[in-house]
Amino acid sequence: MSRGGLVPQARLSGPTPWVIAIMVALTVIAAATGLALRNIANAAALDVAGGVTVQIIEAQAPLRDQQARAAVRALGGVRGVVSARMVPQGEVDDLLAPWLGAAVDQDLVPVPALIDVRLDGAAGPARVAALRAVLRDVAPAARVDAQGGWLAPVFEAMDSLRWLAVAMVALLAVALAAAVLLSTRSALGAHRQTIEIVHNLGGTDGQIARIFQRLIGLDAALGSLVGLGVGLGAVLGLGSRFAALGAGLIIGGVLGPVDWLVLALVPLAAVVLAVLTARLAVLAALRKML
Amino acid sequence: MSEGSGEIARFENVGLRYEQDGEVLSDIGFTLHAGHFYFLTGASGAGKSSLLRMLYLAQRPSRGVISLFGADAITMPRAALPALRRRIGVVYQDYRLVPHLSAFDNVALPLRLAGMPEREVAQPVIDMLEWVGLADRMQARPATLSGGEQQRVAIARAVIGRPDLLVADEPTGNVDPDMAVKLLRLFEALNRLGTTVVVATHDLHLLRKLPESLIMRLDKGRLSDPTGALRYPPRRNLPVGNGA
Repeated sequence: MSRGGLVPQARLSGPTPWVIAIMVALTVIAAATGLALRNIANAAALDVAGGVTVQIIEAQAPLRDQQARAAVRALGGVRGVVSARMVPQGEVDDLLAPWLGAAVDQDLVPVPALIDVRLDGAAGPARVAALRAVLRDVAPAARVDAQGGWLAPVFEAMDSLRWLAVAMVALLAVALAAAVLLSTRSALGAHRQTIEIVHNLGGTDGQIARIFQRLIGLDAALGSLVGLGVGLGAVLGLGSRFAALGAGLIIGGVLGPVDWLVLALVPLAAVVLAVLTARLAVLAALRKML
Repeated sequence: MSEGSGEIARFENVGLRYEQDGEVLSDIGFTLHAGHFYFLTGASGAGKSSLLRMLYLAQRPSRGVISLFGADAITMPRAALPALRRRIGVVYQDYRLVPHLSAFDNVALPLRLAGMPEREVAQPVIDMLEWVGLADRMQARPATLSGGEQQRVAIARAVIGRPDLLVADEPTGNVDPDMAVKLLRLFEALNRLGTTVVVATHDLHLLRKLPESLIMRLDKGRLSDPTGALRYPPRRNLPVGNGA
């Protein structure tokens, strides 16, 4: 429009860029959380999809061991079973140690024998029922459960958290639009005379809107870059803390290249949203003029 | 003054009312013909600025018909109005220059809004600033210019797009008498080039400087016609009305 721009542009001087920076940082963190939870859920689902746990619930240890060995042999001959592994007593003791203590007296507290079975596909109800039928004769004390069923409440909780993250991103987008709207209205008020001059000189609504789009767009771009930096710093920091835990479930939540690309697109989306909001606000205000 | 017979603007039974107030302008009817110089006179608060705002399409009337350059400006789609506005130059009493733009950029604004390529903008702007005697003040910001200089920048901005109609609302209100006469000579020169000029003023001395001008007088929101400019096709050598 003019070499200097019709409205003076002050870099990072008003509150708008900083509000946008905060919004973008929070959006990056919320989006990263949602993506990590999705990755955890996907990895865990993949891990347990073909998993079946067989418990030999028998109080008498010799009988329990006998049925367990028979069950492992029987399962090894079933088509579709990739592996059937008796969980060593040491692992079972480790699993139970937090609840029962380090030294468990098998005579006082009988602990079921555990067999970890891997199938070549998902452990659906039909396949679990077929395994039960196979074990009915050789190990009557066997209880067969798909591992997915055990973790269903965990998956549901993760799913809820994921949707919470999506809702947070949506709310932050609305908050960003509201902040830009207020900022645009303030700018419209501050530059009302310039707008009237341009309007009376034959400037079109589109030309006037572009002045404010540029104004808000530059603020949004600067704020978004700052917000992206802060957000990514927080995500990387949290990521390294969780990675240090070394827990299998958490490792599954590592962000992939596509996830990082999605996070990198957050500031771009913020700029587009800000510019679009500014345009609509200016056009609505101009429609009130002749 | 150049002679012309085309119709530039026509008001028919135009009325204007603000919110709850009564009509500030009532039953306004006149026709502006191409190439003529009109004065719009009247006391402060008579409605001159309101009438001019409707003429340069900044204000919609409450009733009546306004025709500009042969088109009905009231029913015209909003998107078509900017093109109409570009045919009208406006000079304000308070100049209304964009404060952080140089004199050059203020004058260039209409050309840029009209989409003129940047490489073609400079020369007409320089020529226009030379014409108003501000060739040495091109890069000055409005705040560093005197009132007369600011008004000349405003005039340059108003006419650089070669408008068919120039509307000036009390253009000499904030300048000294000598400058007022100089500005009036600029308007007169523009009029000689074929631009229809409407100047609102309550300064009777200005009217006497241009005895061939046509006079419209507003009194309490109603228009009177001391020179017959509104009742008859405009002619030359009409006397300046006593009532002006």
